[in-house]
Amino acid sequence: MLRYLLHKLALIIPTVFGISLAAFAFVRLLPGDPILALAGERGVSPERYAELIERFGYNRPYVIQYLEYIGRVLTGDFGISLATKRPVLGEFQALFPATLELATIALIIAVLIGIPAGIFAAVKRGSWFDQATMGVALTGYSMPIFWWGLLLIIFFSGYLGWTPVSGRIGLQYFFKPTTGFMLIDSLISGKSGAFRSAASHLVLPAIVLATIPLAVIARQTRSAMLEVLGEDYVRTARAKGLAPRRVIGLHAFRNALIPVVTTIGLQVGTLMAGAILTETIFSWPGIGKWMIDAIAKRDYVVVQSGLLIIALIVMAVNLIVDVLYAVINPRIRVQ
Amino acid sequence: MKKKLTFAAALLAASVLGGMANAKQLVYCSEASPAGFDPSPWSGGNDFDASSRTIYSRLVEFEHGKTTITPGLAESWTVSDDGLEYTFKLRPGVKFQTTDYFTPTRDLNADDVIFSFERQWKKESPWYSYLEGTGWEYFTGMGFPDLLKEIVKVDDLTVKFVLNKPEVAFLPDLGMDFASIVSKEYADQLDKAGTRQQFTQKPIGTGPFQFVDYQVDAVVRYAAWDGYFGGRQKIDDLIFAITTDPAVRAQKLKAGECDIMSYPAPADIAGLQADPNLKVDEQEGLNIGYMAYNTTQPPFDKVEVRKALNMAVNKQAILDAVYQGAGQAAINPIPPTMWSYNKDIKDDPYDPDAAKKMLADAGVTDLSMKIWAMPVSRPYNPNAQRVAELIQADYAKIGVKAEIVSYEWTEYRERGKAKERDGAFQLGWTGDNGDPDNFLFLLGCDAIGQSNYAIWCNQEFEGLLQKGKATTDVAERTKIYEEAQVVFKREAPWLTIAHSKVFMPMNKKVSGFVMDPLGIHRFDGVDVTE
Repeated sequence: MLRYLLHKLALIIPTVFGISLAAFAFVRLLPGDPILALAGERGVSPERYAELIERFGYNRPYVIQYLEYIGRVLTGDFGISLATKRPVLGEFQALFPATLELATIALIIAVLIGIPAGIFAAVKRGSWFDQATMGVALTGYSMPIFWWGLLLIIFFSGYLGWTPVSGRIGLQYFFKPTTGFMLIDSLISGKSGAFRSAASHLVLPAIVLATIPLAVIARQTRSAMLEVLGEDYVRTARAKGLAPRRVIGLHAFRNALIPVVTTIGLQVGTLMAGAILTETIFSWPGIGKWMIDAIAKRDYVVVQSGLLIIALIVMAVNLIVDVLYAVINPRIRVQ
Repeated sequence: MKKKLTFAAALLAASVLGGMANAKQLVYCSEASPAGFDPSPWSGGNDFDASSRTIYSRLVEFEHGKTTITPGLAESWTVSDDGLEYTFKLRPGVKFQTTDYFTPTRDLNADDVIFSFERQWKKESPWYSYLEGTGWEYFTGMGFPDLLKEIVKVDDLTVKFVLNKPEVAFLPDLGMDFASIVSKEYADQLDKAGTRQQFTQKPIGTGPFQFVDYQVDAVVRYAAWDGYFGGRQKIDDLIFAITTDPAVRAQKLKAGECDIMSYPAPADIAGLQADPNLKVDEQEGLNIGYMAYNTTQPPFDKVEVRKALNMAVNKQAILDAVYQGAGQAAINPIPPTMWSYNKDIKDDPYDPDAAKKMLADAGVTDLSMKIWAMPVSRPYNPNAQRVAELIQADYAKIGVKAEIVSYEWTEYRERGKAKERDGAFQLGWTGDNGDPDNFLFLLGCDAIGQSNYAIWCNQEFEGLLQKGKATTDVAERTKIYEEAQVVFKREAPWLTIAHSKVFMPMNKKVSGFVMDPLGIHRFDGVDVTE
């Protein structure tokens, strides 16, 4: 097991360097200039420009800039934002819990609805339920998030008045964050109505963010179930006279679960990408909105370090999933 | 006294944290997160709204809703005959805010004023570079490093600015956000503690509201400052709910989640106006959208060619399609609300036939050119791509082939400055301080390579511009600038497109909000009826 773990870790190191290089190059390949973006429409004189570019070191060869950057990262220094002058890591730590909370709730929604919908669609293959579920899943998968979010806001918040339009909690609730997770902090605060307010603010953004993973999970569950339902052992179980619920739940579903779990793991990346748009629409103060703002401002430091931190987290999640596989299925370790 | 103030600060913090039951609250849906709360290092309107206009004050202020100068922290001032010395008498008894992180031991004095400017000016000051890479862009952009000779403390409540050359716009400049007065005592306290960064994160000023809390990218909270020299505000709590998407801001306003919002999308305005709970204030913006010809490149170096191209453009169609009724055709390079605007100047008539003939008379046939379209929406030009398409169609009617080009925003502006730039370049300007020079300098010879995208250096215009800067008498300056506008219109370095209107939707329970021609969002004097 230790050897397996070391093997996985050894693979991560070059990946981290690769990603740091890609993030470093990506932001510099974008058209635009961080100094000019900072100066705004008033512009900056050529002398001032030369002074600032020198101070930030952007006039030095890219290799030197990269080596300096990676050297600082290895000591835990992710740099200072060009736009806000605050440490990148500090900003990330302040904003990440909001994204994590939203992504977690979205994933729970996607799993709790996606898996049962996929199972029923497979069991009732060809029925109106199957066709409707898969039709809705395809629509959800193809829906532009920005449009979908705005549509939900207009209908549920604007027209029906059921949910708040945006933000994380009602503005009347003001308390210092303890964990950064609003659902938990609102409970700790002891203020009556705070938890309810935080939960109601989560509903629409979580639905929007869950839409694509839900569609993917439902479709994956259906196809995995269909494959398993055609297997001999399922037919045998049925022939033995087992109750249909037992056949589906115990024999079919458990075996169909492996590709489904893999799909769920892969949705972490999708959630991170989806969070960028969802957070922008719902004014959700997370890292997605933060990255979008940084790209617009050509904030080199935030973009390159932010991408790297996000990639590190996704890789850590994948490592945990790999280890869990190995724990569940020893054959993976051997391979 | 100190104990009393500390107790007051603790009481205030407790009341805010506890959410006072009867507190009057105003929620403003703002468009972007502030970069920080020091009013001087940044240049965004949203940064100023969140810092200088709420927390701080200046020596002089713009009259609410106007561009005229009124006393601020300075109760009076005198200007020497040669225009080189400005002596300000400070208002006595002005208190800096008392918070849980700072308790002032003295009132505002000349040291604070000198510190506020020298930290942006003197490179040897440790505060000059307390934020990594701070450019103090407005201070340098307004030419203050060259303009200021020295700032002298005459006594505790008297401070003298000595200039290197006369500058008529000096007083309006001091009303700008970057000239906000900060506390030297607070800076010294942070110096001792080794926590200079806190200066921009936990601000202290003398303005109507004091800072309470900032949740990054989400909410900024302020409380009315009881010791404000202008009198305590009617609202107790001011909240900025940061909402970047204009459509979402509109929905929040409709749903009652905020009381007032900035920058509605043109498409949402009719819906907001129709809502029975809302009202939408509007004002002519102190701005201009224009298209600059490259006057150094043939055939645009010929006045008659530029005039002909101007006459080919149907501005009304642009106003209808792009500004959707929220704008008026621009005739002069300064907006009509600005003093010295020349009302006698007539716009070039829309006459494609005459334009075609003028081009032919100038010997220009089969002209192909580029029209530059900004990649972003701006108050002075909400959709430059659409404007370019309309102009392209108009040009086609007189036989001119136009190709539309666009680049990333900073790249766009850089390429536009190039002397060999091909074609006509769309851009615009929003005023900083209400002085005509703040618009006309865009066409000055010194501005070539920076903000003069027409690359136009006309000696007659330049002479008037310089004369205007050295004249203190307003009536005389008015005449000079009126004449400068005549020269501009005759020479046509720009196609003046439009001055846009600015809208401010708010709940009907909000009273006392005055729209500002400089685009500032000020909440002093605002009330909310429960």
